[in-house]
Amino acid sequence: MSRIEIVKTYKIYIGGKFPRTESGRYYQPEANGKVLGNICLSSRKDFRNAVVAARSAQGGWSAKSAYNRSQILYRIAEILEGRKNQFIEELIQQGSKKAQAEKEVDLSIDRLIYFAGWCDKYTQIFSSVNPVASSHFNFSVPEPTGLVAILAPEESGLLGLISQIAPTIAGGNTCIVLASENKPLCSVTLAEVLSTSDVPGGVINILTGNRKELIPHFAAHMDVNALVYSGDNAAEIKSIHEAAVDNLKRVIIRDGGNYVSDKHENPYLISSLQETKTTWHPIEKIGAAGSGY
Amino acid sequence: MAEKDYRLSPRVDQVGIQDRVDRITKRSVKNAAKRKGLYMALNMIDLTTLEGADTDSKVKQMCYKAQHLHDSFPGLPTTAAVCVYPNFVKTAVQEVKGSGVKVASVATAFPSGQSSLEIKLLDTKIAVDNGAHEVDMVISRGKFHSGEYNFVHDEIAAIKEACGKVRLKVILETGELGTFDKVRRASDIAMDAGADFIKTSTGKISPAATLPVTLVMLEAIKDYYYKTGKMIGMKPAGGISNSKLALHYLLMVKETLGGKWLSNEWFRFGASSLANDVLMQIMKQESGNYQSKDYFSKD
Repeated sequence: MSRIEIVKTYKIYIGGKFPRTESGRYYQPEANGKVLGNICLSSRKDFRNAVVAARSAQGGWSAKSAYNRSQILYRIAEILEGRKNQFIEELIQQGSKKAQAEKEVDLSIDRLIYFAGWCDKYTQIFSSVNPVASSHFNFSVPEPTGLVAILAPEESGLLGLISQIAPTIAGGNTCIVLASENKPLCSVTLAEVLSTSDVPGGVINILTGNRKELIPHFAAHMDVNALVYSGDNAAEIKSIHEAAVDNLKRVIIRDGGNYVSDKHENPYLISSLQETKTTWHPIEKIGAAGSGY
Repeated sequence: MAEKDYRLSPRVDQVGIQDRVDRITKRSVKNAAKRKGLYMALNMIDLTTLEGADTDSKVKQMCYKAQHLHDSFPGLPTTAAVCVYPNFVKTAVQEVKGSGVKVASVATAFPSGQSSLEIKLLDTKIAVDNGAHEVDMVISRGKFHSGEYNFVHDEIAAIKEACGKVRLKVILETGELGTFDKVRRASDIAMDAGADFIKTSTGKISPAATLPVTLVMLEAIKDYYYKTGKMIGMKPAGGISNSKLALHYLLMVKETLGGKWLSNEWFRFGASSLANDVLMQIMKQESGNYQSKDYFSKD
């Protein structure tokens, strides 16, 4: 008996829940002449709701111990491992070869584990005790930038996405990600993974939709502390820089290219979303001979 | 005149109330009306601090905020009033002098209301003597639940007498009343006893103000108005912290009581964090960009 195929409706992920877009709009990306699914065409209101969710999750996430954050990242990797086949299938649907898809999923899991390891180590690497002439103990430590909006790479639907999310949340930030417009399947499945792992709701929010439509809102929202753009469209980059000026957002431009390369595994990806806090702590004396502490 | 039997107050159709509220909350308010509603809401706020940890400086700071909501954007109204404990009334009156912002004081053993009438009267007198423009009293919920409706009525009447010309808001503390029928009954008692305003909650009990409970009270006000021709004000308080909800309240007032009630003489929001959210929404309307709390004064 023939049956009617069911096209999955992929919902967006905001504050740990899976709402449909408030706008009610959908689009149907295709690969190899086949419809991939019904994908939400998120509106600026969805983005706004995501910002509210991320902002309220920010305090709790950055206050978690570094070790605990590391455990949670590891947990995402574990769950991802368990659902490997679904991701491989979706990558193939989106046009990857089987071997290529398998490699991408493996690398994605490894990348999460790589950054899980860094959670309780990057502060040591990027902190310093600074020599000063007055009698102060002067030290600098990195602190999370806050709420980060991420425009995920267009070409690398899973690995690129994870390579952007992992260093962001490892550093205690929360994020709102706009997934690849033409290869969105893995992003929504990743959201399903996140909601069953231990990531608190609101720490990672995933939207799907039209990049061109949403970029101005990502860049102009006053409650977004940083924006990460992956790609090389000069006109988009310029418009982001202009709109980001109002609240002096940190804007980071990363190339949308080859995420297989191990240049995407380094702690500087964490430190680029950190702000340095320097403390001047008064002490009695300084100097090796009569140090006050 | 025979004493009124408040057990005969109209019963409330719970499903009907909920249904009407649902329809109001699903309505979308578009730009021009939204902007007007936001300014209106701002001007209806009783900026409130009722904490054990309140100090003179905190009250002063709040009074300043009531008059200077967001100075970098000219043309904003002030809030309607500030709401404080009786011992801060003097400070508050001094701080808001000449600005049009009123000072409301809670009284009568706020928030529990568990005390003798003498103390409640004295509490009220202190607030009034210090220059409060409005008094927010709590009813004796315990007596209400024991069915001593006349006691509750007479107590309100006595406080109203002590207030003189000062406007009296009667807090029903709906979170402790239990059912809509009882909310309706308490509203009828308060209005009969001389309340100028009826108010949902102290803000110390959860649930505080909700749309359904407010609708029940608005209906009571409407019936009272048709019967006596006297307008009674309404103040939902507690738990109203975002603009969208505030706009829904305004819609409900307009549709239940009419435009006559849409001024801060007849409708107030008791809130502490609502003001900033409304400000953020106004700035969003004006600038086009969503705003951040970082750029507004802390409450």
